[in-house]
Order: sequence, then C-alpha cells, then structure tokens
Amino acid sequence: MRLAMKRLVAASLTAAVAAALVGCSASGSGTDGKNGEITLWTHNAGNKAELAAVTKIVNDYNASQSKTKIKIQAFPQASYNQSVVAAAAAGKLPCIVDIDGPNVPNWAWAKYLTPLNLNADLSKNLPSTVGKWNGKTYSFGVYDVALAMFARKSVLTGAGIRIPTVDAPWTKTEFADALAKLKAEGKWTYPLDLGTAGTGEWLPYAYSPLLQSFGGDLINRTTFKSADGALNGPDAIKWADWFQGLIKKQYVAKKSGADSTLDFLNNKSAILYTGSWAAASAQQKLGSDLVQLPSVDLGNGPKSGGGSWQWGVTTGCANPKAAMDYLSFSLKPKYVAAVAKAAGTIPATDAAAALVPGYETGGTMDVFRQISKKDAVLRPETPAYPFISTTFAKAMQDIIDGADPKQTLDTAVAAIDDNIKSNDGYTQK
Amino acid sequence: MSIQAPALAEATAIAPAQGETLRHRRPRQKTVRREELKGIGMLAPAIVLLVLFFFIPAVLAFALAFTNARLISPYAPSFVGLDNFVRLFHDQEFYRALLNVAYFAIVVVPLQGGLALLMALLINRRVRGTTFFRTVYFLPVVTSMVVVSLLWLFLYRQDGLINELIHRVTFGLVTGPDWLNNPATSMPAIILMSVWQGVGFHMIIWLSGLQTISAELYEAADIDGVTGWQRFRYITWPGLRATRSLILVTITIAALSLFTQVSVMTQGGPLSSTTTIVYKAVQSGFEQQETSYASAISLVFFAIVLAISAIQRFLTREKA
Amino acid sequence: MAIDLTPAPVTTTSPLRTRVVKRKRAARDRTSIAGWIVRIVLCFVFAFPMIYMFVSSLKPDQQIFRDLTSISAFLPVGNISFDNYAGVFDQVPAARFLINSIGVSVVTVVLGILVNSMAAFALSRMRIRGKGIILTLIIATLIVPFETLALPLVWWVNQLPSLSMDGFDLTITKGWLDTYQVQIVPFIANAFSIYLFHQYFESIPKELDEAARVDGAGWWRIYRRVVMPLSGPAIATVAILTFLPAWNSYLWPLMVVQSQDLRPVMVGIQYFFQLNVSWGEVMAYASLITLPVVALFIAFQRSFVNSIASSGVKG
Repeated sequence: MRLAMKRLVAASLTAAVAAALVGCSASGSGTDGKNGEITLWTHNAGNKAELAAVTKIVNDYNASQSKTKIKIQAFPQASYNQSVVAAAAAGKLPCIVDIDGPNVPNWAWAKYLTPLNLNADLSKNLPSTVGKWNGKTYSFGVYDVALAMFARKSVLTGAGIRIPTVDAPWTKTEFADALAKLKAEGKWTYPLDLGTAGTGEWLPYAYSPLLQSFGGDLINRTTFKSADGALNGPDAIKWADWFQGLIKKQYVAKKSGADSTLDFLNNKSAILYTGSWAAASAQQKLGSDLVQLPSVDLGNGPKSGGGSWQWGVTTGCANPKAAMDYLSFSLKPKYVAAVAKAAGTIPATDAAAALVPGYETGGTMDVFRQISKKDAVLRPETPAYPFISTTFAKAMQDIIDGADPKQTLDTAVAAIDDNIKSNDGYTQK
Repeated sequence: MSIQAPALAEATAIAPAQGETLRHRRPRQKTVRREELKGIGMLAPAIVLLVLFFFIPAVLAFALAFTNARLISPYAPSFVGLDNFVRLFHDQEFYRALLNVAYFAIVVVPLQGGLALLMALLINRRVRGTTFFRTVYFLPVVTSMVVVSLLWLFLYRQDGLINELIHRVTFGLVTGPDWLNNPATSMPAIILMSVWQGVGFHMIIWLSGLQTISAELYEAADIDGVTGWQRFRYITWPGLRATRSLILVTITIAALSLFTQVSVMTQGGPLSSTTTIVYKAVQSGFEQQETSYASAISLVFFAIVLAISAIQRFLTREKA
Repeated sequence: MAIDLTPAPVTTTSPLRTRVVKRKRAARDRTSIAGWIVRIVLCFVFAFPMIYMFVSSLKPDQQIFRDLTSISAFLPVGNISFDNYAGVFDQVPAARFLINSIGVSVVTVVLGILVNSMAAFALSRMRIRGKGIILTLIIATLIVPFETLALPLVWWVNQLPSLSMDGFDLTITKGWLDTYQVQIVPFIANAFSIYLFHQYFESIPKELDEAARVDGAGWWRIYRRVVMPLSGPAIATVAILTFLPAWNSYLWPLMVVQSQDLRPVMVGIQYFFQLNVSWGEVMAYASLITLPVVALFIAFQRSFVNSIASSGVKG
C-alpha cells in the first residue's frame, strides 16, 4: 500500500517534470501566429544598427500585404538562449527566431525548429550561412563573419616579412619566423594578439580553426559519435603544444587586453587575430597601411570559423506558412545587403555583396568573402555542439593557462563522449 | 538534526507561563484553538507563497536529479536512479569546486563577520557623521554584484590600480601579481572583493542586533566604571547571541553559494582555481544543458549546506 | 539561557538617565582619535570603486584606459562630458527600465514587509502547533540557490491562472509570463525577512502584548499597534534587503519577460556588451542604476535612525 503510494507520487512527479521540460515539443501545438500576428525574436537589442535594418524589413513586409503582421521582440545577446529555452519550457515559442549557427542542429533535434520550406533559393547563399541537420534545412543567415589577421604593411615590410594572400597564406615556419622577427624588434611586449581574454563561444570559434589546420578537430566528423582521436590525437597535442609555445615565448599574452582591436590600433600589438567585424574601424584608422590577411596554414591549409546568426521557424508557430513567407521576403538582395551592411558582416549572396560597398571584387572587404568561401569550416553540425563548445572552452582556457595538453584534452574527450552516449548518440527517434 | 531559530527555545519556554496567566480569564482549550486559527491566518500568506514559489519548484528541481532530463531535448526524461550522483562522485572538477568553496568559506566567514562587527561597533557610537559613514560603508552592498565585479576586473589587472597602489606604497619594491590570472592569487582576489562588497550588509545586521541591547545595561556598567573590553565581553557579546547565529548562518550560506563574482571575473579559472559548486551547477544546467546533472549537484549542495548549518546550530546552541 | 539580556521593559526610562548616558558617551568618543582615523580610512576603502565608476562615466573610453594606471582614474580631469549618458539613453530605454524596476521593487518591498512580518509575528507570539518545524522549513529555503529553481519555476508560473480585466469582463487566462506580477509575487515571501523579523520580535518584551491583551486588544491589534511600531530597525533592514535583490534581479526577468517595455534595469546592462564595449557608457549606465538605490538607502537610513531613537531609547 505504502509502496503503491510512493510509486504513484514518483510517477506523477515524473509526469509533471516531463511536461515542464518537453513543454511545446509537439509541433502544431503553438499559439503564436494564430490571429495573423507573428512574433519575431532577435538577439539584437544591443545592436541598434542591425535591429533597425531588421525593423525596416518587417515594416516593408507589413506594408506589402494585409494578412500577416510581424511583431519584433529584441533581446540582449548574452542571455538570448536562456530566453528562448524559457519560452520553450513554457510552451510559448514565437514563430520566428534567430539562432547562432552552431546551435541549429541542437534546436532542430529538440524540435524547437521546423524544417524550412521557402519560396526562395538558398543555393546562392554562402554554404556557411545555411543551417542543415539530418538532411534537412532548418535555417539560413543573411550574413557570415570570417576570421582574419590584421597588421600594418609598414611593420611587416620593415621586418622583412612576406605579406601573405588568400591563395598563399603564411606557413607554420614562416609564421614562427615572422613572430621571432617582430619580437626581436622589441617594440611590442607581445607581437601577436590572439584575443586570449575572450570567453564563451569565442574560444571554440577562434581556436578550433587553428586546431583543424593542424589536422585535429572537435569531433570525428564521419560518425559524430566520438571526439576520441580528433580532439586528443597527435595532431591535437601538437596544436596545444604550439599554442602553449606562443605563450611561453611571449609572442602572445596569456590574457590579452580588454579591447584587442583598440590595442592593435594603438600599436600595442603587431598582428591581430580577430573577426571581420574589426575591419571597419581598422580601415578607418590605418587606411592603406592596413593589411588584412588570411589565417596561417598550420599544415592542413588555413581555416576560418563559419556560421553566424541565422533565421528559423519554430514548432511553436500556428502559421508556419506565413512565417516562411516573411523569411522568403527578407531574402531579397536589398534586404540582405542592408542587414549585412548595418551589422558590418559579409553578405550571404553575391547579389547582395554587389550592393554593399567594399565587397565588390577587389574591394576593401572582398578578402573576407574570399576567406569565407575558401577556408570556412562549420563548427560540428551535431546536437551535441553546445556541450562540445563549453567543454572545449574550458579545455582551451586551461591550455592557455598552462595545463598539461594530453591530460586536458583526454578529460574533454571523455566528457564529450559520455555526453553523446548518455543522449543515445543524439539521434531523433 | 534540524536548524532552528535560536530564539525558538525561549519562545517555547515562555509559552506555558503565558498559558498559565490566560487560564484565569477564559477556558483554556477554546482560547488556544482560536489563537491557533488566527495565527495560521497570519501565517498563511507567507506559507502559501513559499509553497507555490519555492517548495513546488524545489521538489520538481530535485526530482530531476533522478532522471536524465536535459535543458533542450526532444525526449521526455526517464528515471535513471542514482546515475547522476555516481557520475558526480567521480567528477574531479566537483571535488575541486568543493575545495575552493571550503577555502572561500573558511576565510570569508570569520573575516567578514569580524570586520562587520568592528565596523558596527565603530558606527554605533552616536558621533557626528554616523549617517554619512554608515552610508559610505554600505555603498558596495547597494551596488549590484555584476557591476562590482566588472569594476574590480579593472582594478585587478596586471597594470591596474591595485598593483599601482602596491607599487607606490612599497616604493617600487613589490610588483603585484596578475591577480585573476594566477591560480595562486585568483581565489584570494575574489575573497578580498567579496568581503569588501558584503561586509556592509552584515554591519547592518550587527547594528540591528546592537540596538536590541538595552541602554540601561550600559548605563549600569558605566556607573560601575567598567572598561571598554569588559563592556563588550559581558554586555555586548552576550547580547548579540541571536544576531550572532543569524550572521553565522547567512554568511556561511552566502559564502557556500559563491557564484556571480566567479561567473563575471574568472569563469572558474585559471586552472579551476575559482570554480564553485553553484557555478558548476549553473554551467552544467544552462551552458551544457545537463539539467538533471545540475539538479544532482544542487541536491548534494543542499545536503551539504543543511549539514553545515546543523553543525553550526549544534555548536552555537545554548549551553544550559 | 545563561544570562538573560533581552531588553527589559523600557517604558520607564527617565529623561534624566538618558542624558547621563549621552554625556558619558560623548566624552569617550572625543578622546578616540584613532577611531576617527579608522572611520575615514574605511570611507576611502569603500567609496573608491564607486568614485572610479562615476568619474569614468564622464570620460571617453580612450582616456579611461589611459588613466587606468594613475591617480587621475579617480579625478574628473581631462575630457569631461556627459556624452556617455547621452549614449546610454540612445542605446537603451533607460527611463522605462528605471520606472519598471522602481515599481517592481517598491511593490515587492511593501508586500514583503507585510506578509513576512505577519508570519514572523505569528511564529513569535502565537501558540501554533508545529511552529518549530514550520520555522525550520522556512529557514531551509535559504539554502537553495535560485538558479536551481529557475527553470521549473518558469514552467510552473506559466501554469498559474491569471486574472485579466477587459473592460467589465473579468477573464481568467493561463500563464504569468510577460507580466509585472511574475517579477513580484514569487519574491514576496522571503525566509530571510521572516527570520529577521522573528529575531527582532523575540527581543521585544512579551509583557507589552500581555498588557495589551489585558486591555482587550486582539492579536491583529497587538501586531499593528504594539509590535510593528517598535520594529522600525527591522522594517528598515528588511526593506533594504528586499529592495536590493529586487532591483538587481537579472536571470529571472530574462526568462519570464519578453517585452522590452516590462524589463528591469539589470537586463539593460547586457545591451552594452554586444558590440565593441564602450566602457564609458557601461560606467554611465552603472552609475545611473546605482544612484536610486543609494538614494533609497539614505532615505531609509533616516527612518532607521529615527526608529532607533524612538524604540531603543525612549520606548
């Protein structure tokens, strides 16, 4: 009797908890979009220019037809994911959300997102701006960002260092040589700024391409079931040793300044490794003395991070057709161009790129589009990514702080493999 | 063993005496019943709110610890027994977090409690400017921990003001460390800032305790011509008995729950030297989406704090 | 209890004795120069980051970094302006956030004082079976960090019925998300406040309410007319300690409030960390949201002092 009671309590608790967490997973159960009003969430509360560009599209769309009205709600980026998760738990997802690219498979797996069915052509988009998982397309971005290195032409030529191009990037030895020369000049305490003060998603975004250039990776990409051998194999250990070497030789600070771009512009560093978003202010300040370089070829060709913010439709949407109609509308070249321009990012299509000054062939920003097309590697397209990302971030930080590479990476691999196993390999049943 | 309000023993000790006096006026049973009903009425709003917004979500949260629930997942969670706890007890990072929190609490509890008492005594004198001083000392408390942590991130830089000050004061002999990026100094740096931020709060609590001590006792002591130390030892200190356990409990709980500073300033680094239990729970639950694991951490944390509070209650109990 | 030091009934304190005490204390403090030095040094220790924050809010970013290593970090020198404040109002709807936070915090404080003091009164003064266990359970709630409960609580508040008035139609809808009440109601009952009130009420002599009962006063009247008027310091302390977390709440509003119009101030700080961080604007916003709390503390501090004077000395 007492046991039965206990079981009953346990069962009802589990049921309540289950309800709490699956919330709105079942598709079609959503409420948003029922009365012709569709809510759109964006992470742009802290970026006025980009938000204004998105608002312009929404206003144009609302004026262009009378059936659907789009309503924007903007959130600060740092906690945007928590806001979405809370909404999902409460069964109140909005129709349209924006998503950081690498999270798309996770949200698709969790049935937050519904596959896209647009009357627009995504084949012209940069490959890194289309979010796919399990053979379906769940999201697209109107822009991407690229990793690059910035330097002063006068500094490089003065030190007798070759200026690399997208087709002929620095090799590992060339790069080591360049750093040694710059260090010897004695002008900079740390000639290279890798942005080591960065935290969170910056760590995998910025440093996993370096790992990939060495031949390692965050996960084995043929099966997506294990990180063993990829993240702790000989190539990965070489990468970690190389990274720690840069710090030991005092080429790189253990922790960079509060604003790496500002430090570079004030000539506190000779070479800055950062994203294309820093280009505008650097070009403005340094003019023709600025050179924008591709990342180093550390063995397997230069690599750049790919995948920025993208748009998707949720399963909480009562009228996904209307939501997708808006998204198709937003893909017009002039809108893609306007958003990319406002955000200072790389337009996703050639047609849009032609409309943004600097991105024309030979323009001041063209190099980033080339890097994006040629060198971009997506962060692993698996629902495990949020876990991989934070696990890698912790390991990366420890490596920067001088932890033993093999041991650190083995621990990370064990954690990632455990996580994948405990989620039944992240397959969708 | 359970935690009890220190004054509870007194309350129950007094109750029969009260009953005695009341019996003379009305039939006892009826009065007690009516009093109890009214008392429950006055207690009800708080109880209902606590049940709704604390106990129900707490039971839900703790129940998750025995499942494989994730923050984001297409599956309904299923019961996995003690799996999460087994994993937790094999997690090196968890032991590191325990160690860090113990270190933090052992230093912070006496330091912050003691400093706060000294400051309260200093402020309790009715001298000119008391209001001003009290306000200034309380400034860090009214400033959000997030803002305070951001400020100190600047102060603690290798080329920051704190090192500049050390350099000046020692006439250039000592060069300060890179406080937050050195595993040996990161925790002391966080301790210093936390004490600085929190000490005003406990000063206020000590003050409200000091004000419950009757002026007449001091007056009598003054007439007897006792020394300042004797006043403190025989009047102030015993008079603060209830406040003392309140302070002990609250600083301990706050210290064990160390989170915001770490999250803003060090993210648990360098080399796990500042990671804490709550930080690990939040990190697991939100960033890594392992809700059930985070719940297991929280449940263990809850048990630890409960045990420590119980021990503290036992040690500070009234010795009859 | 070893030595009984709960305050004796203080109704009989004579003006004469109060004067004696005052004179004696004044004499002692005049001699304590060391005490003054300590007080003033502490002033600097506790004020300097605030001064730094405010001074930096008046400077352009370049200068903040330049001044970082010298005493000028604390001095409003160089290129001083309110540009950062203009930038703040351009970047976030700061006025709206401030109004929201003031509203939410004040309502939480007022209801919190009422609900928690009533509970503490019942636990301190009235005979209720099992009140020891009740108090223990209440205190145990202090131990669970809010972060742990946040997610189940989000789901839970969305199951609660909500009363909405549409003209004269009273309708019941489900879910508290995106409202003011969801930022207030869960935080009214507070274990720490109950504990604090309880402690304080225990120090108020029970003879006072017994006297009132002899005069025929009911419990509610004793609570309102006898105990609460004597509890100024406890009320002030609880008010401040309830206000602070309400004002600083961050994680919770992010999870339950979607409309920008309902957001509180702390959420706003995230707006400054999306693109290149303008530290000057961060400092300006931080100053802006800290100021009301300081003002409130000063205001309450006055009643705090007054109530000490009325309850502690005069009775």
